[in-house]
Amino acid sequence: MKVEAKPHYERNTDTKPKTGADLLVDALIQQEVKTIFGYPGGAVLPIYDALHRAGDSFHHVLARHEQGSIHAAEGYARVTGKPGVVIATSGPGATNLITGIADAMMDSLPIVVFTGQVARGVIGTDAFQEADVMGITTPITKHNYQVQSLADLPRTVKEAFHIASTGRPGPVVVDIPKDISSEVEENPPSVDFSLPGYQPNLKPNPLQVKKLTDALAHAKRPVILAGAGVIHGKAAEELKTFAESHSLPVVNTLLGLGSFPGSHPLSLGMGGMHGTYTANMALYECDLLINIGARFDDRLTGKLEHFAPQATVAHIDIDPAEIGKNVPTQIPIVSDSKAALEELIRQSKEIPHVEEWLETLKGYQKEYPLWYNNPESKLVPQWLLEKVHDYTGGNAIITTDVGQHQMWAAQYYKLEKPNRWVTSGGLGTMGFGFPAAIGAQIASPDDTVVAVVGDGGFQMTLQELSLLQELDLPVKVLIVNNEALGMVRQWQEKFYEERYSQSLLNTQPDFVKLAESYNLKGMKITSQQDIEEKLPDALKTREPMVIDCRVLREENVYPMIAPGKGLHEMIGVKPCEES
Amino acid sequence: MRRIVTATVQNRSGVLNRVTGLLAKRQFNIESISVGRTETEGISKMTIVVDVPDTQKLEQLTKQLNKQIDVLKVSDITDKAIVASELALIRVGSNAQLRSEIQGIIEPFRASVIDISRDSLTVQVTGKHEKIEALIDLLRPYGIKELARTGLTAFLRGHQPQVTEMKNYSILK
Repeated sequence: MKVEAKPHYERNTDTKPKTGADLLVDALIQQEVKTIFGYPGGAVLPIYDALHRAGDSFHHVLARHEQGSIHAAEGYARVTGKPGVVIATSGPGATNLITGIADAMMDSLPIVVFTGQVARGVIGTDAFQEADVMGITTPITKHNYQVQSLADLPRTVKEAFHIASTGRPGPVVVDIPKDISSEVEENPPSVDFSLPGYQPNLKPNPLQVKKLTDALAHAKRPVILAGAGVIHGKAAEELKTFAESHSLPVVNTLLGLGSFPGSHPLSLGMGGMHGTYTANMALYECDLLINIGARFDDRLTGKLEHFAPQATVAHIDIDPAEIGKNVPTQIPIVSDSKAALEELIRQSKEIPHVEEWLETLKGYQKEYPLWYNNPESKLVPQWLLEKVHDYTGGNAIITTDVGQHQMWAAQYYKLEKPNRWVTSGGLGTMGFGFPAAIGAQIASPDDTVVAVVGDGGFQMTLQELSLLQELDLPVKVLIVNNEALGMVRQWQEKFYEERYSQSLLNTQPDFVKLAESYNLKGMKITSQQDIEEKLPDALKTREPMVIDCRVLREENVYPMIAPGKGLHEMIGVKPCEES
Repeated sequence: MRRIVTATVQNRSGVLNRVTGLLAKRQFNIESISVGRTETEGISKMTIVVDVPDTQKLEQLTKQLNKQIDVLKVSDITDKAIVASELALIRVGSNAQLRSEIQGIIEPFRASVIDISRDSLTVQVTGKHEKIEALIDLLRPYGIKELARTGLTAFLRGHQPQVTEMKNYSILK
């Protein structure tokens, strides 16, 4: 096997026999892996020994819990578009990764996970730290492998990276028995592979594109729904060109935020359960819906029978199984988003007459903007997020957990560029945002990275504060602290007659002291004045910072579509409707 | 509706688990599944009989199966010209007097007796689902002591009728 030689990496130039772990390290170098998020343990001792021998070929990030490593790898993958690499030991090491693997699967993030496994001879005997990683991860991975012989290892690694990062990205698990990683191989095995069952279709069928351009030429109320597929396909420029040349309004999904500039006159903001009035009404009233790389998630569509009821639906997706899964689709286009948009721009010369439609939408925007009450004596979270936006010029990388703070960040932190929004969308994972920010900061050291987290979610993975100290990462942890599991509290208020069952976190650590115990700076913000005085500098400093923002507990996320309701049945669209 | 779906798969460890796990996860009801090697080394074929509520679900099923890395080809062959067969082994109670009577029952089904003991005999029958059901019903009065059935296995006939040949010509016109 030929490996790109690095000067400090002498082992590549000689022909000494190599262990399985050495072959793994070589394969990672060949995949140009620079950063590994991992945690050692019994079954991966040979691998960690090989990593030690590899010296500074890799930057190994030792998160303090395996869940932290995989969320960090997800943040890294989300920002770079390259696979995040994770190593964990067998048994509990592997099972601690499950949440992250499922999260990456739901949000289509390229992750390659290497788990140690007990030696081949004892697999199936309930050996110490044995878990059926293949059985557990099969439903939550794009693909998984258990390496059966040393000769298969280099090829398997290559396949894993190929599968994780092409087509619709996703997590791939490679389970490596300990005896394979310590076995010695005299002759480097071949890495040639063929995957006849895996041939993602990247180019659109021109006839289908023609169908869409024909429909577009006659559409009166067209709208684009732009999802994460636009970001994965690096097609944000093409989307902008297409939307501008045809005057097409754009609704973003939660995960698609940043694929279209949030301040653009054609941007309607986010659609769905907590989307803007205009975005949801555009989806409801449109006569042509062009979905680019979104999967019609239930949080976006609301009740399906009220979703785009009058529309011809066109769906561009690299994954054919997403087309027609939830919403009947008249114009299916299986393609990479960039290739499809290029073909659309090439073919579609006729500009639809949408002036009236754009006027209607402008009217909605004027009549029903996002709103919140902002009494000067209180600190309301929406205003906080707007200030974070202003103080960072809208250019920060924002990571979030799931819940109220996530929705407020999505609503009020208007993103202009792709790959700067790292959130747990499909799985909705508490504890995702902070470790993801670590991965994002490692991937993009010069950017301001703000982990917008809830007080509940932060406490699920706050052990990773160690990493800010150890790696001196200038991550800003912004705790939107309402002393509650806010979204749970909101649902209990609205749908369970204010029975706040286990959703109020009245006992909390002193987050400032907590930060200090990790030798980090912490600050507490309790008023609007505090924000104006302290936040601009706190966000600009090149140091890590834990910012505990005490916001109004009773604040709810609006507008809202109650579960089981349609897009047009939003509540809380205007201040007067709140009570 | 009952559909017969075949999947050509790479014979790798765990592939059966992938397919059945996928169907279970997406709430598809498997009526039967049979797996075996094909003429090509390393390639297996699965015949899956499923009950799906509508064509949209059926489309999901074939697309999700196709998405699996180890699955090479998926076809819904229900409406094609196919040969399809399953096998059943039926042990019925019998004695010397009854043997020829049972022999007479199974003969039109082209089933055969493959084992005889003092108080029972074992019948092997292959063919369509309904045919096997019919034979089982006929043998039931003799006392079925043990019954084992394979799932359906099927593939396309060598010659598929063209659409034009399928028009209903009637000799009466």
